[in-house]
Amino acid sequence: MSLVAHVVVRRGTLALDVELAVADGEVLTVLGPNGAGKSTVLRVLAGLLRPDGGRVEVDDEVWNSPDAHLPAHERSLGMVFQDHLLFPHLSVTENVAFGPRTRGTSRPAARAAAEDWLARVGLAGLGDRRPGQLSGGQAQRAALARALVGRPQLLLLDEPLSALDARTRLTVRAELHRHLGDYPGSAVLVTHDPVDAMALADRVVVIEEGRVVQAGTPAEVARRPRTDYVARLVGLVLLAGQGAGTQVALDGGGTVAVAEDVGGPVFVAVRPESVALYLQRPVGSPRNVWPLRLAAATPHGSVVRCDLAGEVPLTADVTATSFAELGLAPGAEVWASVKASELTVYPR
Amino acid sequence: MPAPLLVPALLGVAFLVLPLLGLLVRAPWSDLGPQLARPGVGEALRLSLVSATLATVVSLLLGVPLAWVLARSQLRGRSVLRALVTVPLVLPPVVGGVALFLVLGRQGIIGRWLFEATGLSLPFTTAAVVVAETFVAMPFLVISVEGALRAADARFEDAAATLGADRWTTFRRVTLPLVAPGIAAGAVLCWARALGEFGATITFAGNFPGTTQTMPLAVYLTLQRDPEAAIVLSLVLLGVSLATLLLLRDRWLGRGAVT
Amino acid sequence: MRQLVAGALLLALAGCGVDDGGRATETDGEVSGTLTVFAAASLTDVFTDLGDQLTAEHPGLDVQFNFAGSSALATQVVQGAPADVLASADEEQLDAVADLVAGDPAVFAENTLLIAVPAGNPADVRGLADLADPGKSIALCAAEVPCGAAAARVFDAAGLTPAPDTLEQDVRAALTKVQLGEVDAALVYATDVAAAGSAVEAIEVPEAADVVNRYPLAVLAAARNPAAAELFVDLVRSDTGRQALADAGFRLP
Repeated sequence: MSLVAHVVVRRGTLALDVELAVADGEVLTVLGPNGAGKSTVLRVLAGLLRPDGGRVEVDDEVWNSPDAHLPAHERSLGMVFQDHLLFPHLSVTENVAFGPRTRGTSRPAARAAAEDWLARVGLAGLGDRRPGQLSGGQAQRAALARALVGRPQLLLLDEPLSALDARTRLTVRAELHRHLGDYPGSAVLVTHDPVDAMALADRVVVIEEGRVVQAGTPAEVARRPRTDYVARLVGLVLLAGQGAGTQVALDGGGTVAVAEDVGGPVFVAVRPESVALYLQRPVGSPRNVWPLRLAAATPHGSVVRCDLAGEVPLTADVTATSFAELGLAPGAEVWASVKASELTVYPR
Repeated sequence: MPAPLLVPALLGVAFLVLPLLGLLVRAPWSDLGPQLARPGVGEALRLSLVSATLATVVSLLLGVPLAWVLARSQLRGRSVLRALVTVPLVLPPVVGGVALFLVLGRQGIIGRWLFEATGLSLPFTTAAVVVAETFVAMPFLVISVEGALRAADARFEDAAATLGADRWTTFRRVTLPLVAPGIAAGAVLCWARALGEFGATITFAGNFPGTTQTMPLAVYLTLQRDPEAAIVLSLVLLGVSLATLLLLRDRWLGRGAVT
Repeated sequence: MRQLVAGALLLALAGCGVDDGGRATETDGEVSGTLTVFAAASLTDVFTDLGDQLTAEHPGLDVQFNFAGSSALATQVVQGAPADVLASADEEQLDAVADLVAGDPAVFAENTLLIAVPAGNPADVRGLADLADPGKSIALCAAEVPCGAAAARVFDAAGLTPAPDTLEQDVRAALTKVQLGEVDAALVYATDVAAAGSAVEAIEVPEAADVVNRYPLAVLAAARNPAAAELFVDLVRSDTGRQALADAGFRLP
């Protein structure tokens, strides 16, 4: 394990207490809503903020402990910021060479290393430009080169893609994935975008209100969310209840039939596309049928996302054609049904 | 442009520019040559430019670090410090001059010790002119640079720290270049204030041609006897300072403003 | 004390009234409104006291003073400043406003130059010759202002070349530097030394006896309150006024 950290920070309303471990070559994504404290975790790891407690160790070297604080400039790290933060008064090459220069590399060697890295991120020939003359994607690539040129033990990325437009984001994300794959040290990436998290992470940690609420591989997190926030991010509806046999009594009232025997506290994850809507109570086999009211409908690509209120609050994705045929308007009474075999059930 | 803004703006311009026009209209243009050739005019002008420039250099050396402390440090009592630093802005300059006597004069708290140890006495020397001008003008630089530092994105300094730069290196290689336009503007303001300084200078440095008589002092004393000649001297001071500022603007402020 | 002064004032006014053919007594009791007196800075203390006496006697009267350098006062009067009385420290400066004066201005006080030294006279200054010693720190008034012009005449008459370290913009500035001990000596007016108290010692300058600043006093033609203006002028010339001037270090003509 290369990075082992326990970060404790108390600032105003934020009470942060988070444990992280990242192996060499591993990419850990910290996912969480705004204000959850994920950027604070990154600032502590970088040494820009002194924590109120806990411990940060990198390769068995203590960076933070209750009685020690290694300042940022003495840590072997590289950091990529949301809006790149390339120094506007320096050329792109000088920006990338900045780290090696401050760490004592000779000017020609630092310049050579910078040009090498600029070539690796696809910016060969642009080194003499000022950051202001680069596009958003180019600037973020340069920022990545600046962070990686010193071969840091720890790489920190703070929302590295969120300032980019959708198209650029796609290409930069793919390049970032490649560079993270080549990077031998520990990487921690903070984001609020589940797509970034899923695409770039080896493991995901979800932070809400200063605590880790879920940790696991991207696939685990996507399939079995443990909080409403995560469920929403991965496009699921999360229902909590008590299992008994093939029935789950929901905490909010109502029951759900599931395909397997369960017992004790469980989560039921519902995929919106598995929910079907009817104007009349459907006849036939489905055991899960609820009368609900359409609270809101928003177009979502080729489907219409219908938020349903009632005993079992659900979200249903129906095709635009079906939506039109049903003639639904907000406030309309509908019947929702979902097959037991379409539900994912897992212990709480 | 909306009239509620345009009309007061025009009035403001008129208010500031008309007195200047008054000087230009009343200036004895036919008499200009002989007035300028009078002994002491060139000397006073040279002394003004040299001492204002030295005062600006001293203000930069002391004031930029001071502005950094005010803007960036976590020092306790920073707001008190800021208030103290701006005292020369509200103090009547003549009082400032007396205050300088009380500290740096021959009988002053520090000056007495210096005088007894070395026989050197600061008042009535050109150095005293620089001291008085620095005292009055440095707050303009400090306030202006502090504002620039606050406006500058401190996260650039974070970025520098993650790249291995300690605070001094960060200050030199990142902070200073980022706020260079603010420093330049502050230095210009400081220089202009020093150039026009009268009260603290005439009190602490006295008035002696060639040593401590700067242009504002020469103007004031000439005004006692020969108002027309005083207008000529004022115009010379005005012309030289405007020319200097315009020149600097092209060369220095202009380039700094690109980034 | 106040009543004593007021009594003396009453007597003085009565005397004036008789001397001037009853003009003051005629106006007495009627004067009110605002009286504006422009006076040389060296008259600040004396005139303020006399003004207080006048308002004590005439509660309806409000006396406003504008104390400044004589040339500044002359400039202000020429520019139309609303003055009733002008008391200058310099006859030449009054000549500059001769057209604006009602009647003949008369000299009511004289001022001479003295050497002022810090208490204890640390540099052992004995006379005018010490002010020509480059080794001493000396303040003089600038030649552009009246006290500087007077000083130049004193040095000319004595055949000395002064060695000043600073040429001050007015006599009070020169005296301040003596009070602070920053100069060894300054050539200033006797009145200023009298006002400076114990921080300053005076050394008589025999060479200065002939160089006298004469203070003319005049009511202005544009006076808005001529009655009160006459009253004030009479008070200055009265025994009370003369005594107050003498106490302040003025010579009387």
